[in-house]
Amino acid sequence: MLTEFGKIFIFLLLAIGFVGIALFAAKLIRPHRPTKEKLLIYECGENVEGSPWVKFNIRFYVVALIFLIFDVEVVLLFPWALTYQEFGFYGFLVGVIFLLILGLGMAYEWRKGDLNWDRTKPNIPELSKILTNKNVSNVKIDEQIKES
Amino acid sequence: MTANTEIFQLLPHLVIGVGIVLSVVIEISTKKSESILPWFTILIFVFAGAHSIINVYDYQILFGGMYAIGGVTAIFNFIFTIGAAIMVLNAVDYIKKSKMNFGEFYILVQSSVLGMMLMAGARDLFMIFIGLELMSICFYVLAGINRSRMGNTEAALKYFLLGAFATGFIVFGIALIYGTAKSTSIDQIVFAYEYFITDVLFLTGLALFVIGFLFKIAAFPFHMWVPDVYQGAATPVTGLMSTTGKAAAFSVLIIILSAVFTQNITNNFEILFAVIATLSMLYGSIVAIAQDNLKRMLAYSSIAHAGYMTIGLAAGNIESVSGIIFYLTAYAFMNLGAFGVIALIEGSNEENLDINSYSGLNSKSPILAGFMALFMFALAGIPPMAGFFGKYYVFVASIKADLTWLAIVGVFSSAISVYFYLRVVVYMYFKDSTSSIIIKNSFTGLLAVIISGLLVLVFGILPDTLFSIITSVLSY
Amino acid sequence: MILEYILFAILGLVAVVTSVAMITRPSPVMSAIFLVLNFFALAGLYLLLNAQFIAVVQVIVYAGAIMVLFLFVLMLLNTDSEHAILKEKRKLKFIGIFIAVLVFIQIGYIVFYSAPSDSVTKEIAESINAGKIETIGTELYTTYVLPFLASGFLLLGATIGAIVLAMKKFE
Repeated sequence: MLTEFGKIFIFLLLAIGFVGIALFAAKLIRPHRPTKEKLLIYECGENVEGSPWVKFNIRFYVVALIFLIFDVEVVLLFPWALTYQEFGFYGFLVGVIFLLILGLGMAYEWRKGDLNWDRTKPNIPELSKILTNKNVSNVKIDEQIKES
Repeated sequence: MTANTEIFQLLPHLVIGVGIVLSVVIEISTKKSESILPWFTILIFVFAGAHSIINVYDYQILFGGMYAIGGVTAIFNFIFTIGAAIMVLNAVDYIKKSKMNFGEFYILVQSSVLGMMLMAGARDLFMIFIGLELMSICFYVLAGINRSRMGNTEAALKYFLLGAFATGFIVFGIALIYGTAKSTSIDQIVFAYEYFITDVLFLTGLALFVIGFLFKIAAFPFHMWVPDVYQGAATPVTGLMSTTGKAAAFSVLIIILSAVFTQNITNNFEILFAVIATLSMLYGSIVAIAQDNLKRMLAYSSIAHAGYMTIGLAAGNIESVSGIIFYLTAYAFMNLGAFGVIALIEGSNEENLDINSYSGLNSKSPILAGFMALFMFALAGIPPMAGFFGKYYVFVASIKADLTWLAIVGVFSSAISVYFYLRVVVYMYFKDSTSSIIIKNSFTGLLAVIISGLLVLVFGILPDTLFSIITSVLSY
Repeated sequence: MILEYILFAILGLVAVVTSVAMITRPSPVMSAIFLVLNFFALAGLYLLLNAQFIAVVQVIVYAGAIMVLFLFVLMLLNTDSEHAILKEKRKLKFIGIFIAVLVFIQIGYIVFYSAPSDSVTKEIAESINAGKIETIGTELYTTYVLPFLASGFLLLGATIGAIVLAMKKFE
């Protein structure tokens, strides 16, 4: 009854066992001297502030949606990978057409720049610009003061 | 592999499928896609529609009972493609005006039409479901395509939530039907319909399936989404949803209940359909009286029209099916025309939808006023227009099926509806203009209105041509 | 056969424990993680029933994609209000328990009292190959080739729709 899946299951068991034994062995060897500072939550060396529930950029959501769509595609291609040889060229063609249609969706996404993560550009101050703008801005501020 | 050659018999579908692929390629490769795509879309729609209607007598079942071409399917394909072509013609200037001029708009319209065509030709529950989802998903996106408008977003969200709810009903119905009939093939279900229908589970499944599609056709207890969605969505999109979307849902109802229509089996849903038809007609007609927003008024009138068509489902004989199909054809073009006029008068940001905007329209634009009057008369069902014959055929069929009271309710409710249709005409011709509306010239928009007006007149003056085609085709 | 029973016991135990843990954790993220574990245990059970395709779908779609969406929704929503609802409306809890008990009784009745009819047992014997991926593939490329290609267009439409709705820039 030990099919191919049985082998995978044994492999899984071995993997779980390996991780378990490694962690257990490490626990036996390592020193255990906790202090208050060590048990604090670590976040980039800063004190933890506020709730982690913040508003997410919608981009994450779109990426998740696109991932879901292509995931469904993978599920539909699973049977194709196993059986297309039975149908010869016809079976191959059907799969290729399906892949082409979805590849087009991918190409569309790529071309429209939705795979780029456009960040807001950091506003780096340049010395030359500051120097040229300084006089102008001073004059403007003076005018505003006079008006008021 | 027989399927190898069978695929070429689906030429209209292939054309639209390849059209979608090419449209995406155009969208990817050029920056000016929005100036090419509308004409390309119209071209493939007109080709697919012409091909369907030419081969209307060439009825064939393909892919081992999975799909049918020709016959009733061809007539439905004609409604979908030509209706969508008129809508695209109308939308070209509208989407420029409302600042959502994207090429994707046309790709989504093409995809939704492909979904409708798959629904109309499907002879398998899976196929129906995939076609329905393709149509619905494109409609959800089209309803909310202009994210900067509040009404659009609201419409998309409401449509999506209630549409997904209806889809849940349909899937559960399909599961129960499959569980009892042990097949998803509609031909097998229809063949042994009389045997299956005694099974409570099958009856429940079929009822859930039918209720899901009653959502899609916007019949009374399942109409909650209609006014807000029709008002919020972009006007040409509303035109498409209310005509072709309704026709697609009716095509499925006609196919799944075809045993009732052709084999003289007792119609288990007669009372359900009769009650729904009565409530939809009366509710739609009465509530529409109170509406001042023209899009909202047409939304309620769409509920009433769904009621008139449901009379045909209650009657359950072959004449009623031909009546429904004729009605759907007529309704598609008169409603598209009415929404076309509204789209032309509408301002760039959902203004001028109020009925007061139409006062004195005759003095500003006699052509638009004339066509709007034509569509209003047709929707009200005044004799020489196509709308009258749609109602006439359905009412005659219901009298034949001993449902005279339903026909009387129908006539009564059409009498009510005359009030709010003619109110628009009165405003246009007999009231002085109060607002200063500038109607932007749009050649394509006007062309779309003229084409739909001509089709309404042709079907109204020569109803027998279309009706005889439908009846002869139904005998398959 | 013994091995199958042992595996069934292990996987079933994992499924039950994780589902109980899922509904009792106060943190919704922890619940979601337990739900993933539950999905994996269910996938194992499907494999034991020789329904390989469903097992694959369970892991790839549910434990993968759907859970990612779940976690995103949890992150997007303010989950504190959820607790408030349950604390304020105790009645809801009792209604929930009542419905759960009702469903449990129903399933128990089906399992213990409804004898499988002859036709059903025959179909079970035939269906031993029905869950295999090869069987599904053969069906997909003969009978259902048209819905398969149509689903390609469905996925394309969904891709374009998602991008248009979320990404399109307005002036």
